[in-house]
Amino acid sequence: MEPQANKGNALRLLFLTVLVPTINIVAHWLIFMFFRNSGLPPIANALLAVAWGALGIYSIYYTLNWVVEQYPEQWRRRILPFIFVGPAVLLLGWLLVLPTLRTLYLSFFDASSTGFVGLANYAAVFTDRLLVMALRNNLLWVFFGTLACVSLGLLIAILADRSSFERLAKGLIFMPMAISFVAAGVIWKFIYYYQPGQEQIGLLNAIVVALGGEPQAWLSMIQPWNNLFLIAILIWMQTGFAMVIFSAAIKSIPESILEAARMDGAGEIKIFFSIMIPYISTTLLSVTTTIVVFTLKIFDVVMIMTGGQYETDVVATQFYRQLFMYQNAGYGSTLAIVLLIAVIPVIIINLRQFRREGGF
Amino acid sequence: MLRRKGLRKSKWLVNTVLAIICLIWTIPTLGLLVSSIRPAADILSTGWWKVVPHRAWTTAEQLQLPRETDLRGPIEVGGVTYTDDQLRSGVEQDGKRLIWENRRARLLNVQEKGWVANTQFTTQNYETVLGGKSYSITMPDGSTKTEKGSGMSRSFWNTVAVTVPATIIPIFIASFAAYAFAWLRFPGRRTLFVVIIALLVVPLQVALIPILRDYTALGLNGTYFGIWLAHTAFGLPLITYFMYTSISQLPRDLFESAFMDGASNFTIFSKLILPLSVPSLASISIFQFLWVWNDYLVSLIFLGSQPEVQVLSMNIANLVGSRGNDWHLLTAAAFVSMLMPLTVFFALQKYFVRGMLGGSVKG
Repeated sequence: MEPQANKGNALRLLFLTVLVPTINIVAHWLIFMFFRNSGLPPIANALLAVAWGALGIYSIYYTLNWVVEQYPEQWRRRILPFIFVGPAVLLLGWLLVLPTLRTLYLSFFDASSTGFVGLANYAAVFTDRLLVMALRNNLLWVFFGTLACVSLGLLIAILADRSSFERLAKGLIFMPMAISFVAAGVIWKFIYYYQPGQEQIGLLNAIVVALGGEPQAWLSMIQPWNNLFLIAILIWMQTGFAMVIFSAAIKSIPESILEAARMDGAGEIKIFFSIMIPYISTTLLSVTTTIVVFTLKIFDVVMIMTGGQYETDVVATQFYRQLFMYQNAGYGSTLAIVLLIAVIPVIIINLRQFRREGGF
Repeated sequence: MLRRKGLRKSKWLVNTVLAIICLIWTIPTLGLLVSSIRPAADILSTGWWKVVPHRAWTTAEQLQLPRETDLRGPIEVGGVTYTDDQLRSGVEQDGKRLIWENRRARLLNVQEKGWVANTQFTTQNYETVLGGKSYSITMPDGSTKTEKGSGMSRSFWNTVAVTVPATIIPIFIASFAAYAFAWLRFPGRRTLFVVIIALLVVPLQVALIPILRDYTALGLNGTYFGIWLAHTAFGLPLITYFMYTSISQLPRDLFESAFMDGASNFTIFSKLILPLSVPSLASISIFQFLWVWNDYLVSLIFLGSQPEVQVLSMNIANLVGSRGNDWHLLTAAAFVSMLMPLTVFFALQKYFVRGMLGGSVKG
């Protein structure tokens, strides 16, 4: 009686273990096909898609968990963690880890990914005129962008700390972080807009004319310094981020230390350099790395403002151009790997930090 | 006494400098907003700041010169002679300015400085960008031009259809994973988590080419499902890490007493952990939501610009490419795309800032 029941149970379990995931896959595939072929009005389509996305993911976990619940206790304990981390691991593996390895592999092949070329693509990155220019511009971005964001962020944080309208000021400076680079691109393109003649509708040229200067086409003038006008947009958007973090760090400096220094007759500038800077040095470093990483990958802004013309290409836009305009998967992959290599130090820092904080 | 006076003076200085910086930071957005509600003809002929009352020449009267006036010779007006060039660019005399209204008809404007404000506002730009029909608008030179709407309302709903699931799905998946990493024991746990931390700053460019090839093979290009998966994968490392730090700090007693009561892990997770993590969930949801909403690269590569699926950022980018000088459209379109982020920013500022700070490392 007992073994037979066990056997029946095992069969049932096996059946469920195969059936439930299969139903999930088939059902979602059918829904996917429905959406792909449906000619629903946009609002209905959007609402249904939202419902599918939200309920679908819940039902997957719910049903898989139900299957595991049918298993005996000790098996349940072993399988359940994999149900919980499984989807995350599968997606990361398929869409991030494997692609990274495949891109690395492709970077040793030619434009059509058929002939092995060794390190030729990497040599090209440092010799091809377009690619070298992209590298140079990225360095300009990283250097000027980061320097300005960090120093302005620190300055504004200190000013806000002593002002009478701290909340309002921080809100206004932080606000650009909410909007997209595409929208910010439109905003700034309008500011830099140039039209022949004296009546200028772009703010920058209007100011120049009012001061008695000649209006300029800022985005295409004296290369490579036109890059600075693009970098200004990054500064406008990212300074708020640096400011908010610095502001929190500054507030954590004990008042007693500052007070003692003032009693000893230290001026504000001395206090800034010999007390504040050392005190917030860790924060300073992490904000700097974050902005450097962010700036390395800059893409949207350049794409919207100039499309990479007038010598404003950066690595990420050149990557896109190589891939979609020149159909050169070899150069494209190599540029992506160059970006990856550039962030490896940050990856190492992150892992060290994780280990120092105790890991698990 | 002296010191306090010094402090007050420096406070005044601090406030002034900060106010100037805030003004500089706000003006770009303000310019966009103001321009988006001005008529097309006004935007193209005067700067948006002209909506503020300012001193400008306004025509007080018009002079009709004799039709046979020779434009090549000196032109006499009120006893003074001018050249044609002077009258074309305007010439000042006794606080008045003379400028041609219609050179061929020999009609001259006599202008005086006065306070004016170009306060003509319209919702036409928004109607044009939101709709898909054709509209006729007046240009600066008085002619009318017919232009096609840019279908932004369709893009708006497409963006909703992309963004909401691309926020919910990764947060769900990541929270389950974070719970397992924090409170369950299983082989490979440490290795997997180290990989996730390493993936935090990996630029997503390294993944695009192979995914594009897979998607082409599977027919996922240009579909919502494809872009949900892409955004989910790109968001997962960060959200998992963020949720892990939050969930792992919950007190252990909580789990033990729940286990004692015979609750399963699934029940504990959905009835206990998720409700307790609402603040963290809110912060990271806002971050992911805005990241996807504002995204351009991922939708450019995986979704494309078919009107049925194109999102707001794609729509604007196309407008910039094809209608780069039509500022009445561009400004309105950009503002439509900013509506959601700005609402979230002003309504949920606390969570917003937390999410942004936690999410700033995203690849």
